[in-house]
Amino acid sequence: MENILKTVLTLSTITGLLSLLLSIANKTIANYGTKKLIINQSKEYLVEGGDSLLSTLNEQNIFIPSACGGKGSCGYCKVKVISGGGPFLSTEKGYVTEKERVDGIRLSCQLKVKQDIEIEIPEELFNVKQLTYLVTGIEDLTSKIKKINFKLPENESLDYKPGQYVQILTPPYEGNEEVYRAYSIATPPSSKHAIELFIGYVPDGICTTYIHKYLKVGDKLSIVGPFGDFYYREGDKDMLMFAIGTGIAPIMSILRYMNENNIERKVTFFFGARTRKDLFLIDELHSLEKTMYEFKLVLVLSRPTPECNWNGEIGRVTDLVSKYILDANNKEAYLCGNPPMIDDLIPLLKDKGFIDENILYDKFE
Amino acid sequence: MEINPVVIFFASIFTNNMILSNFLGMCSFIAISSDIKTSLSLGQAVTFVLGFTTLINYIIYHYILAPLGLAYLRYIVFIVVIAAFVQLVEMIIDRYFEGLYYALGIFLPLITVNCAILGVSLFMVIRDYNFLQSIAFGLGSGLGWMLSIVAMAGIRQKIKNNPVPKGLEGPGITLIITGLMALAFIGFSGIVQIQ
Repeated sequence: MENILKTVLTLSTITGLLSLLLSIANKTIANYGTKKLIINQSKEYLVEGGDSLLSTLNEQNIFIPSACGGKGSCGYCKVKVISGGGPFLSTEKGYVTEKERVDGIRLSCQLKVKQDIEIEIPEELFNVKQLTYLVTGIEDLTSKIKKINFKLPENESLDYKPGQYVQILTPPYEGNEEVYRAYSIATPPSSKHAIELFIGYVPDGICTTYIHKYLKVGDKLSIVGPFGDFYYREGDKDMLMFAIGTGIAPIMSILRYMNENNIERKVTFFFGARTRKDLFLIDELHSLEKTMYEFKLVLVLSRPTPECNWNGEIGRVTDLVSKYILDANNKEAYLCGNPPMIDDLIPLLKDKGFIDENILYDKFE
Repeated sequence: MEINPVVIFFASIFTNNMILSNFLGMCSFIAISSDIKTSLSLGQAVTFVLGFTTLINYIIYHYILAPLGLAYLRYIVFIVVIAAFVQLVEMIIDRYFEGLYYALGIFLPLITVNCAILGVSLFMVIRDYNFLQSIAFGLGSGLGWMLSIVAMAGIRQKIKNNPVPKGLEGPGITLIITGLMALAFIGFSGIVQIQ
């Protein structure tokens, strides 16, 4: 008994003293005081030094896109640092190219705010909000894709461009850590108080498994957004859109936006799936064909079965390029889907004469 | 057994090298030994931490644990002391030696789990070293660790552009080279011997 007490006491004293020492060190040595943060030469914030730039910005309610939550493993949280960023770190090497490095691009989750710092970020990021959304509806679109409806908190609204995305913060479950995952908004920007996301099931995907297996109507989820440079561009060019699976989400946002505003542009939408069962939103797309100025829908199935009773196009969306597209004259393309689809489509479009500027894409990884 | 601290110091560098005769601290040795500069700074950090933790652990063991009859607690106490000390060092380096902090990066906190450091503290107890002997042993082992990792980095830089069989690339060839280095270090064994 005495021995046990002695052991416990000694061990507690030693660890207690060490923790005390570390706490004191944390308050003194690791205390950098208040530092000045200047953004885009116009906005000035006083921030507590010592934290990473990413979390310092988060505390000021400025959200930089990040999928890994600051572990330095996704490379999304790039920010242009004008001054005060300290030396370039080896942990940034894998994500920041030599050219970006010369321009002052840094990984904001890695560098710490230790001195007054001046940075530049796109103005849109000031629009980004992290809010707690309420799940108002869950509906199966196909056996693998769910449509989730979210409502924003009272008195809050979201300003986004058609085609942009938000990030869902998946809460920790079953031993998984919390992660951010990006999903495109399918509603048009006029829907400021409620948004709709299409979420496909990915085996072992942390966020998709959570949404498909655990999420219920009435749950609340933390969502950050809007982000992204894949969005509707004003102009008079004919629009060619390509999507497979959940890649239809940003396209729907754009189409619904164009429909609401009676935009008079010629649009052709190539939508690919495996079988007839994997197609969704077809009724809405057909009704858009009637109401929009000049909208043509081309469906293509890669593996139609006899039950599909399919007499439309067969193959991948890439197979439609040669058949439907003659040239790149006054045309722009919007591509959305998995990386192989986009990587295959871009060279085909370039062969037709498309230049980089007229090919917009969003890779769903 | 009264061995001169100076003998212990040199022996722990050459004949009883932590890496080459005890094979302790291998993980960072294999992972960080591709560049001489980084290896050198990691080696310095390890030497620094080793020197101080040996000192602290010596005091804690001989003035707290042993008198109370709690010698069996040494594993847990030593590792806690090492962890806290590394944490402290990290804060200090982060604040005052920024360049070094960024050069060491993730490897600084990893020193905590460098087996060589716990190994030195435990050997010091097992071999019943007195104060001066322990200090000499700690510093010597640190320098020995640094010597091996820098030498390894030098060799790896030389073989970087040479063809290595596919299956042996990276850690495989490093382990083989470590073995050869260990054989070479046996050549020192005539000078001093502490075990």
